[in-house]
Amino acid sequence: MALSKITPEQVRHVSLLARLSLAPDEEERIRANMDEILGYIDKLNELNTDGVEPTAQVGDPGMAMRDDVVTNHPDPEAMLANAPARERGYFKVPKIIE
Amino acid sequence: MSHDAYEAVIGLEVHTHLLTRSKLFCGCSTEFGRGPNENVCPVCMGMPGVLPVLNRHAVELAVRTGIAANCEIAPRSIFDRKSYFYPDLPKNYQISQYETPICKGGYIELPGDGAARRVRLVRIHIEEDAGKNIHEANSSLVDFNRSGVPLVEIVSEPDIRSAEEAGAYLRELRDILRYIGASDGRMEEGSFRCDVNVSVRKKGASEYGVKTEIKNLNSFRFVEKAIEHEVARQIEVLESGGKVAQETHLWDPDREETRPMRSKEFANDYRYFPEPDLPPLVVPPEMIDAIRSSMPELPAARRARYARDYGLSAYEVGVLTAEKDTADYFEAVLPGLKNARTAANWVMTEVLRVSNESGKPIAQAAPPASEVRALLKMVEDQQISLNAAKTAFAAMCKSGKSADATVAELGLAQVSDEGAIAAACDKVIAAEAGKVAEYRGGRDKLFGFFVGQVMKAMGGKANPKVINEILKKKLAG
Ligand SMILES: [Zn+2]
Repeated sequence: MALSKITPEQVRHVSLLARLSLAPDEEERIRANMDEILGYIDKLNELNTDGVEPTAQVGDPGMAMRDDVVTNHPDPEAMLANAPARERGYFKVPKIIE
Repeated sequence: MSHDAYEAVIGLEVHTHLLTRSKLFCGCSTEFGRGPNENVCPVCMGMPGVLPVLNRHAVELAVRTGIAANCEIAPRSIFDRKSYFYPDLPKNYQISQYETPICKGGYIELPGDGAARRVRLVRIHIEEDAGKNIHEANSSLVDFNRSGVPLVEIVSEPDIRSAEEAGAYLRELRDILRYIGASDGRMEEGSFRCDVNVSVRKKGASEYGVKTEIKNLNSFRFVEKAIEHEVARQIEVLESGGKVAQETHLWDPDREETRPMRSKEFANDYRYFPEPDLPPLVVPPEMIDAIRSSMPELPAARRARYARDYGLSAYEVGVLTAEKDTADYFEAVLPGLKNARTAANWVMTEVLRVSNESGKPIAQAAPPASEVRALLKMVEDQQISLNAAKTAFAAMCKSGKSADATVAELGLAQVSDEGAIAAACDKVIAAEAGKVAEYRGGRDKLFGFFVGQVMKAMGGKANPKVINEILKKKLAG
């Protein structure tokens, strides 16, 4: 394995952003995984991409669009079916501060 | 050192709902005021496996906004995911545009006397709105009706130098958005929202100071007050040797002050990346051309034309052009009238009053413009008095009848027939011989009394100008 690219601090930072709480052994496993992924990216970086537009998406000449027509869901009540808690048609969540 | 040594540097971020019927990426209704979670579906609720499909009309309205704000329209732009966790954001990301917004650059010209003041824009991009939280004592409630409603975010350069100028910019922007039908600009309903970036620096300095961001501003007045408060606060901090902290403040409308928001950890670590579910947005040149050719006259152009063609004051022009409906109505009243000011005054007082009092748009509150024109024509031709016109107008608002019918029905037509008026004058002079003698003896003030008596004899319908002329002659003896 080449030099570590990802530090344990970075793993903790990213897991906090993703709201994941990781045990110490998970942290190390994920750190190693991320290292491998970045190693693969390095391999891609060996390709010469001079003159190639950065491409996140294929599908030119652009996306299909829909007309501005209201098609409300026939059963909005069903959207709340899996809510852990609800009140008067609202989703109920732990109190948000600010 | 006084506050005058400093200047404020202000940039505004305006979020405004686009006037579409359905949401940005699904067919749910955007109607305001429905019961909680009635306008929701798997797409705007962020259920797994759903795919967004872009609303063409939202794109058209964003392009319209860009053209009105003198922006460059990007032929190709990208949607990105902005990641953060908040209960009103069901997908845990918001679909927005980051590196490649649909509109770049541009400017808004502020109204005012003298040299036009330009506030440059950085960009305008399309994004979806989040849901709405309601905070209760021990929990929060979430309504996703607003989730996925299309927005544009309009970001200005830090070109604004005072609270007053910020207010002028916002009003102009709102007027433009309403003129072009892109937004209803209702701040109190949350369809037009503003975040403010403020810093201060010594006058003449070229570097910017540390800025704070103020959120939670839901009226123009609050934006102005919050800026005034924040500018004064920052100057105090600097003057007492401190440093302004880069933080986000919330406006507290009850205490009329800003207070720092509890700093969210990594608040700005949004990890934008291109939205894999949406291909690049390509705006075809035909769409841009079609929109460009369908643009209405914008408020600034209309103001200039009114001042030039009708000789109206800046205040009058401002009142008449603030709403497109008002200006359109005014212009529909005009044809055939001798004096544009007659129509201007009438629209500014009578028409806007019935609209304001009833809380209804002009089209519903006032008679058709053609009937108001007919009424004002009668005033110009001295067929009715201005007061009679007001009486007729009030009746027409209620009955929906024509000006002709109303004036006839209420017997408002003014008598200008000199014979009839002369006869009435003779009667009054004969009946009031004593007063006539006093008048002739020098009591000029009695003239008004005679006019009143003649008017009374004519049932209040005589043309006062004609009465004056005839009485003067007759009393002169
Ligand atoms: Zn939906």
